[in-house]
Parts: sequence; structure tokens; C-alpha cells
Amino acid sequence: MTVTDSAEPMIAVDGVEKVFDVRRKVAGTLRRERHQVRAVDGISFTVPRGEMVGYIGPNGAGKSTTIKMLTGILSPSGGRLRVAGIDPSRDRTRLARRIGVVFGQRTTLWWDLPLRDSYELVRRMYRIEDPRYARNLDACVELLDLGPLLDVPVRQLSLGQRMRGDIAAALLHDPEVLYLDEPTIGLDVISKAKVRDFLRTVNAERGTTVLLTTHDLTDIETLCSRVMVIDHGRLMYDGGLDGLHAVGESERTLVVDFAHELPPVEVPGARWVRSEGPRQWLAFPAGDSAAPLVTALAARHPLVDLSVREPAIEDVIARMYGAA
Amino acid sequence: MGGFYGAVVVRGFRRYATYRVATAAGVFTNTVFGLIISYSYIALWDQRPHLGGYTEAQALTYVWVGQGLLAAMAQMGGGFETEMMGRINSGAIAVDLYRPADLQGWWLAADLGRAGFQLLGRGVLPIACGALVFDLALPASPLTWLLFALAVALGTVVSFAIRFLVGLSAFWLLDGAGVVQVSWIVGLFFSGMLLPLNAFPGALGDVAQALPWSAMLQVPADVLLGQRQGADALLALAFEAGWAVALLGAGRLLQGLATRRVVVHGG
Amino acid sequence: MEAEPRGGAAGERTPGTVAESVRAYRLVVRMWMRSTMSYRASFVMTAFGNFAATALDFLTIVLMFSHVEALGGFSLPEVAFLYGTASTSFGLADLLMGSMDRLGERVRDGTLDTLMLRPVPVLAQVAADRFALRRLGRVVQGLLVLGWALWRVDVHWTVLNVALLPVTLVVGAAIFCAVYVAGGAFQFWAGDAAQVQNSVTYGGATLLQYPPGVFARDLVRGVTFVVPLAFVNWLPALRMLGRPDPLGLPGWVDFAGAPVALVCCALSGLLWRAGVRSYRSTGS
Repeated sequence: MTVTDSAEPMIAVDGVEKVFDVRRKVAGTLRRERHQVRAVDGISFTVPRGEMVGYIGPNGAGKSTTIKMLTGILSPSGGRLRVAGIDPSRDRTRLARRIGVVFGQRTTLWWDLPLRDSYELVRRMYRIEDPRYARNLDACVELLDLGPLLDVPVRQLSLGQRMRGDIAAALLHDPEVLYLDEPTIGLDVISKAKVRDFLRTVNAERGTTVLLTTHDLTDIETLCSRVMVIDHGRLMYDGGLDGLHAVGESERTLVVDFAHELPPVEVPGARWVRSEGPRQWLAFPAGDSAAPLVTALAARHPLVDLSVREPAIEDVIARMYGAA
Repeated sequence: MGGFYGAVVVRGFRRYATYRVATAAGVFTNTVFGLIISYSYIALWDQRPHLGGYTEAQALTYVWVGQGLLAAMAQMGGGFETEMMGRINSGAIAVDLYRPADLQGWWLAADLGRAGFQLLGRGVLPIACGALVFDLALPASPLTWLLFALAVALGTVVSFAIRFLVGLSAFWLLDGAGVVQVSWIVGLFFSGMLLPLNAFPGALGDVAQALPWSAMLQVPADVLLGQRQGADALLALAFEAGWAVALLGAGRLLQGLATRRVVVHGG
Repeated sequence: MEAEPRGGAAGERTPGTVAESVRAYRLVVRMWMRSTMSYRASFVMTAFGNFAATALDFLTIVLMFSHVEALGGFSLPEVAFLYGTASTSFGLADLLMGSMDRLGERVRDGTLDTLMLRPVPVLAQVAADRFALRRLGRVVQGLLVLGWALWRVDVHWTVLNVALLPVTLVVGAAIFCAVYVAGGAFQFWAGDAAQVQNSVTYGGATLLQYPPGVFARDLVRGVTFVVPLAFVNWLPALRMLGRPDPLGLPGWVDFAGAPVALVCCALSGLLWRAGVRSYRSTGS
């Protein structure tokens, strides 16, 4: 075991690059042209022990390539990587004992065998001592409601049940870092909530560091205080959720119900979007306060009701990508 | 509807045409097997020059035609049945059953497209290799080649019909790989791929000739080698057509049973 | 079984990798056996079917001998001796790592990644993948034919010959295992080329059933010096049967099987490592 200094970050990524040689057919000929694709193009970040970070970006942005480098499956073309003090590409099998990975669309459970058998295999493969195994299994079973499922063949489980089973399998050996790739994809609302609650508990009680890739921004909103956005292999943003709105130049919407129908109103600092009877939608920068706007409006017209709508993060990111 | 199945045939052909490395690897494998079997036949025909009514040149032609047809007849895999079994095991077959297209018709069209490609991509080169190394007895008459083409076409339908039954077995047997493997070995033996059926002794030979697998190599090869000419060649084609109809019918029946099973179990 | 080689540059620094590989292999095999046993009826049927079907292989040779007294100068019991040794060795290798040809598929669909996330050698996991006890059918059938051949064949049973027989079976299995590993490694670069492996494994097993004298000399040279299949059974069998080998090699070569097998395993292990390294730098 490597003793990790608690001051040292759990994940340290420094100028990491991954370049792929791709052969592409030249249209209309039999010739194939070689060219390089920079899937990850100089990324740097650190994740301190116990943090829960969202890692988002469009398909093909370099998310899974990063995760694969962090697990040691892929070796980086350049830069420096450390996870729990270990160089993943040099010591993949040693690192494997200290990390847990869940791929949302790829189960590691044994299709024809009861859930319990898959856990037994994990116990033996990772050489988990009996008391620790019993303790971890009990905790997972309780928090993820796996009790009635343990003796059911995996092929008979629903998608949500299987995902819960997979998450438990990744945690039996007490990993210090947990990578989750789309852990809520395809799940119903209740299963999603269960998974999120569980992850929050694990993070809080065991101090497990979590890196979460997802398309469901509710996952990020409910779980992560920090989010990293990657596109075209580059880190576009690293910070809090609120800051993301500012960077994305996102807008909030003020919905105003006037006393009677009005022509589109004009107020400084806001933009008319649409009208529907006496109700009008006005957009303003997400970073600004709504108060001066409301004062200005109230000074001119009688107001019946007001509400402010937060921007959808999808739109924020779309804007960011549009800008990039 | 004809246009639809035609499109499926074309798609099947194109799909296999994209596997270039696999095709090259297959040609290599067929050539290696062709060489090995050729030498063992030479040893055999050296001692019995007219075994089974073939000359040595005919016997060698038989070997290479067999290697040329092996992929088209999907005698050692590469057909649709593994994919179909996968869909049955995962339950995705339930979706297929509710499609407007007929299950058997759809797979038949796709498999004929595949066979068409394999015939060109993996049939021609091994035979050419064989012709380079050994003296083969290939016919000159275009009529013989036409009859051969018909015999091969009917043979691919028989091959499909058998593999469709194998694929459907996944509804009842869960170790698909084992069933497929057994069906390969039986098929290789009874098609005459290991030894021409006319070199089988006595009753075993008669039985083997009458079984459907003979349509996959023995019958087309006999037509090509001029062992069956004129009315006899037509009889050979009728034999193949008969088995094709019977086996497709059996597949239809079994598909009906399987469908009912899916409906009962809810997929 | 094949073990991932130790030490070296790319360093998987798990202590005792060979023991670790064997252990992981057995763990995965056990899971597959339990999976098959959850469909017991299906297993019994396919195991029997497999056994019966491989017998057709030998039946082909028997049918040939219904027309001739000898093939390439060998009698039926002598050919059966070649068949039995080749089939047993190949059957063992096929049983132990017959799913190596699925590697290309695993690379394509990305499931190889899940194996690489576990703290045990990947080769052991891939070799144990889809372990199927039904493949025992070929081994049993090979041993039965070999038993019959030993009863009928005329061998001068010196101590050396008695010792040579089991060694030959193990060496043969090891050489075929090496071919399986090399074939698997090859799929890191050409995932669709799994078939090429079949031409060496299935093709090789077919080739070795017949006396070497049947084949063109260049072919025999190829399987002696390039892909050393001749060491699986031809060379030791010719010695046991008291026949000269067609290449006229010095007598000690007949006993070189074990070192040749070791070299094959080492080379295929290196090829495997190169394959894994290439996968890790290209991801495809």
C-alpha cells in the first residue's frame, strides 16, 4: 500500500494529452490517409480527497478518454497523471484495488448467475477480508435495497436494479476513488433518486472521491458542488455551478403578469422574448439581480404577479460550445 | 414487399463487403485448409484412382470448390444464426416479431445477401489458388456453370433453412454456442466437406446423399464436375428445391411455436 | 495454462504474476461453469452432442481406410495414433483457452475495458472467457482414439517411449495454447482476422492427423521451422512408431518438444504484451 499524504490531491492531472492516429478513407479512392486526432489536448486539474466532481461535455469531447487514462486502460501521450499517488498507466493492477468504476451502459455482473455470485467473485478477485466484505455488502444492501435481489439471476433484474447492483459491486473493496460514467442513464425517476441518495451517503460517510460523467444535469445539480466542462479535448470550465452560468452567458427569464395586455415592454438591462395575453417573458443576464428590473417595471405598469426562471444547464453548455 | 426484401438482400451484401480484413483472413484460412485436404486426397486417390467415380483432378476440384463454398454456406459460422440467438437470449427478438416484415423472410433475405458476397469475396480466390497449385477439372460449357450457379443458389437456401432451425433452438436451449458448434460438425461431415459422399461406403453413402446437407456441397459439385448431366442435373436441382421447401416450412412451424412462447412469457 | 510473463518494461507490478494468473483463471472459469450449470439440460445435450460430433472427424478417416490399406504408408492404427495425439493436445488447448478468438469482438464492443479494470492479469481473464466444459468432448474423443491406437499399434515400449507419450500430449497442448495466445494478441491490431487463427489451430490439428509423408516437403518444413506444429506430435510419434522423418532431422530433435513449446509460449507472451501495449496507446 502506498501511503497517500492527505494533503496531496486524490487525482492530479497535469497537461495530459492523448493523441490517436486515425486512418481515414479518402473519398472516391482506395487510399487511406493517416492523420492525428487530439482526443485530449492538454488538460490539467486536481481533485482533493473526498470531493464529488461532475465531468461533462458533448459526445466525443474526450470524457471517456480521460476516464480511461485515469483508470490506466489508456496510456497518455503526454503530461502527468496521478491517482491516489499512483501512475495509472504504469501500475494499472495496483491502482485497480483502490478505485471503483461503473459504466452505465456496460454491466460487470454475471448475466446468468444470482447477484450474490458476482459479489463473491469481486470478494475473491480483490481479496477482501471477510469482516470488511460483510460490512460493505450489508451497507450496500441496506442503502440500495438489494436484499430481495441478491438471489435473483441478473438477467431477471430491471435496468434500475441492475445499475444499483453494479454500483454496489464497485464499492465492495472500499475504493478511495469512484468513477461513474452515466450512472443514471435509462433509469426511472425513483431509481435515479435512490442512486443519487446513495452516492451522497457514500461520499459523506466514507469520504470517497467521486468523478461523475453524465448527461443528466440534475445529477450534477444534486450531487456536485464543482463541475468541469470538456470540449474538443480541452477543459472549457472548472468551477462552481453558478459560475458556469456566467461563463456561458446564460440568461434568466423574468415572467411578468401585467394587469392588462400591453405592447412589448422595453426596460434597460432586459430583452423582450414573447407575450401571451397580459403575460410577458423578459430575458436578462443570469449574473444580474432581478430587483432593479422589477422596480423599473413596477414604476411604469401595474404588476399582478412575477416569477424568475433559472436557465437550463443544457442551454448554458450549448451556448458555451457555440461560443468556443 | 418484394422491393423491401430486395433492399435487405443488398444491405446484407454490403454489410459483409465492409469486413475486408475478415474476408482476407477467411481466404487465407480456406486456402490453408484446401492445401491440407488436397494432399490427403492425393494420397487416397494415388491408391484408388477412381474412388467414388472421380479422377484425381476431379477430386481436387471438389476440394477447392468445397473451400470456395464454405463461407457462402456458412458452414463454419459467419452466418446470421449467432446474431439471432443473441437477440433471442436478450429478449430483443420480441421486437423483431412485431415488425411488419416476416421474421424468416427478413433473415433469409439478409443471409442471401451475405452468401452472395461470400461467394464472390471468399469463393473465387481460393479456387484460383487451388487452380494455380494443382490441375483442376473445371468445365468449359457455360450451361454447366449455369446449372452449377442454380445448384449453389438452392444450396444456400437449404443452408439458411437449416441454420434458421438452429437459431430458433435458442428459444428452448440456452447454450447457443454448443448447438451451433454441433450443427457445424454435422454439416461439415454430411455435406461432403471432409470426404465426398460418393466415397462413403454402402448404406451410409446412400443416406448421406439423401440428407439435406448434401445440397451444400456434394450436389453442386457433382453438377459442376459433370457427374450429373441433363435430366439428372435437373433432378439434382429438384432434390435441393424439395429440401429447401420442406425445411423452410419446418422453420415456419417452429417460428409459430416460438412466437406463441414469446407472447406467453411476455418477451 | 498460459501465464502472463513476468517483469519486463511495461511492468504490471503484481507480485507472482504466474500464480496470480492461474488463480484469476480459476475464479473466472468457476463462474462460467456455474453459469452453464444453471442450464443443466442444455449443458448435457450440448456436451454429448459435442462428443458425438467430434467423432465424425475420426469417422472420416475410418471411411478413407474402407478404400485403402494404408495412407502415406501408415496403417489405420498408426494414423489413429497421430489423430489421437493431435486431437487430445488440441482439445486440451481448446478447452483451456478456446475463446481467445473472441478478443477482437471484445475490443470492438469495448468490454475488454471492464477486464482491464480488475486487479488481475487480463490474459487470464480473456483465456477463461466463456469457458465451456462441453469442449471436454474433443479431449475425451481424442483419448479414446489414442487408447484404441495404442492397443493396435506396434510400438517398442522402451522407457523413453513410455515417458515420451504424456510429455508429447502436454507439449502439444502448450504449443497450441501459444498459438491461441498469439492469435488473440494479433486481434489487437486486426480485430476481424480471428479466422487466421483457425487456420493454424483447426487447420493444424487436421494436418497433424495425417502422416507427414502425405504433404509437400515445403509444407512440412513450414510446420517444423516456422509454426513448429511438427513438435506437437509428428516428430515424437515418428520416433515411437519407428519411422524416419521425411526431413531427415537429427534424432535429438524428436525430444526438443518441451524447449520448443517453452519458446513458443514466451514468444506468444511477448506478442500479447505488445498487443496490450498497442491497445493502451490506441484504444482500439
